[in-house]
Amino acid sequence: MNKMILTEAKLFLRDPAGTIFAVLLPLTLLLGLGSIPGFQEPSPELGGERPIDTQLPGMMVILSVVTMALTVLPGTLVGYREKGVLRRMSTTPVSPVRLLVAQVVNNLAVAVTATALLVGLGFLVLGSVPPKSPLAFAGVFVLGTASMFGLGLLVAAVTSKAQTAQGIGSLLMFPLLFMAGMWVPREVMPELVRRIGDFLPMAPFADALRATWAGNAPQMLHLVVMALTVLVTGVLAARLFRWE
Amino acid sequence: MEVIEVGNLRKQYRDRLAVDDVSFTVERGEIFGVLGPNGAGKTTTVECVAGLRTPDSGTVSVLGGLTGTALKERLGVQLQNSTLPEKIKVWEALDLYSSFYRAPADWVALMERLGLADKRDTPYGKLSGGQQQRLSIALALVGNPEVAILDELTTGLDPQARRDTWELIEQVRQDGVTILLVTHFMEEAERLCDRIAVIDSGRVVAVDSPAGLITRVGGRQTVRFRPSRPVADAVLEALPEVAEVRRSGEQLVVTGTGDLLLAVTTALAAAGVTPAGLRVEGATLDDAFLTLTGKKIPS
Repeated sequence: MNKMILTEAKLFLRDPAGTIFAVLLPLTLLLGLGSIPGFQEPSPELGGERPIDTQLPGMMVILSVVTMALTVLPGTLVGYREKGVLRRMSTTPVSPVRLLVAQVVNNLAVAVTATALLVGLGFLVLGSVPPKSPLAFAGVFVLGTASMFGLGLLVAAVTSKAQTAQGIGSLLMFPLLFMAGMWVPREVMPELVRRIGDFLPMAPFADALRATWAGNAPQMLHLVVMALTVLVTGVLAARLFRWE
Repeated sequence: MEVIEVGNLRKQYRDRLAVDDVSFTVERGEIFGVLGPNGAGKTTTVECVAGLRTPDSGTVSVLGGLTGTALKERLGVQLQNSTLPEKIKVWEALDLYSSFYRAPADWVALMERLGLADKRDTPYGKLSGGQQQRLSIALALVGNPEVAILDELTTGLDPQARRDTWELIEQVRQDGVTILLVTHFMEEAERLCDRIAVIDSGRVVAVDSPAGLITRVGGRQTVRFRPSRPVADAVLEALPEVAEVRRSGEQLVVTGTGDLLLAVTTALAAAGVTPAGLRVEGATLDDAFLTLTGKKIPS
């Protein structure tokens, strides 16, 4: 199992696109945007918070996680199925389930690394305050990431071409990112849009992440929406996934 | 001793019957060919043997009825259209796949034997078709199997690479591995196989050695030559020994039975025609296949 995880990790690193979009892009955006003076001033829109406190770094964490979950993971898995990698493995004593597990482990590791870098460099370079409730933050991170990976696995389950999988992943990613407050903070969205966002899995992830970052309790509704997403996507993906 | 026994195998996919009724047995140490046109049900048959598909009815028994992981430990499979990730290096693939087995072969020795040692650090995507195929064979052998199933292993290879692969398969057999070889290449089947099951439309048409299959066609012969001057087909077609006259460029190709050569040359001499580049060919596996299935496989 370790050898498979190690091999998959090497393969991930050999393809620069994954590292660029999931790690370097969010980091660059954080440090680039965070250096603009406006982002360092308390903003009345955010209830007196500075954008570099939770809005900007929180969204960058989300960006990194969903890039891995919705484009890299389904693209790789569907590519493996399309090219017969899973089929070849099914002729050996080892089940291709292990390859799927190795992929999830690696993609999670990348998301965790990116998050650690975002928190660490944000603190060192920009003076963003690290999460005030670290345990709750970690819990929300795990739950939200699981919901995004569930969604990604569902995409991998229902598509048959790697390009289609990545396309559908991106198609899901951008509206969900918008609802999560990537371009317009959730605080200034019209009430209706924000309400709709509460029930789409990414906005609850973003809100809960920012809440625990600031040391507040996340909304119960958001936790429930994320947990339900994990459950529903997990069951559906397991049912619908085809090995060839 | 029978290593593979297949009895009245039947497999239906949603919209079509892939395998209707297939039975054969493979002896230990043999290279057994499954020969047939595309869509005949060859791949489905061997996928059932490999335990990758469940037949609708019929029996499959490999190595005395092993199933699941126990079977996969002792069965090496090389399937059509199974690739590897583009960026995995040759040594990494061998190292990884050997870790799947409890008693794997020495993958370094295997890599050398398959002529991949100098490609050790080359990623899969940068290998030539022949090298990819050799790696694929290596992965089928890395578990030290007793039985290897090889599906269309030389399709898409150039003639030299194909011959090299055939030599390799013969070496593998010398090591005592029983081989189930799926092919639609007559030359490959004739060169490698001890026995062949000819499959057409999901059924076994014949099981025999290549020579045995050819004998079934009878004493069919072909005479080829370039006539020194034009000769009408009718002159030859009139002979009782001649079944068919075809033209292939400047060449005349006369097929028939009995004392065909004597009949043809005598008739030509009478017409004052000299046959240049005269050649006589006996029946080939192609002819046998054509007779058995009524189909010709484009080579």
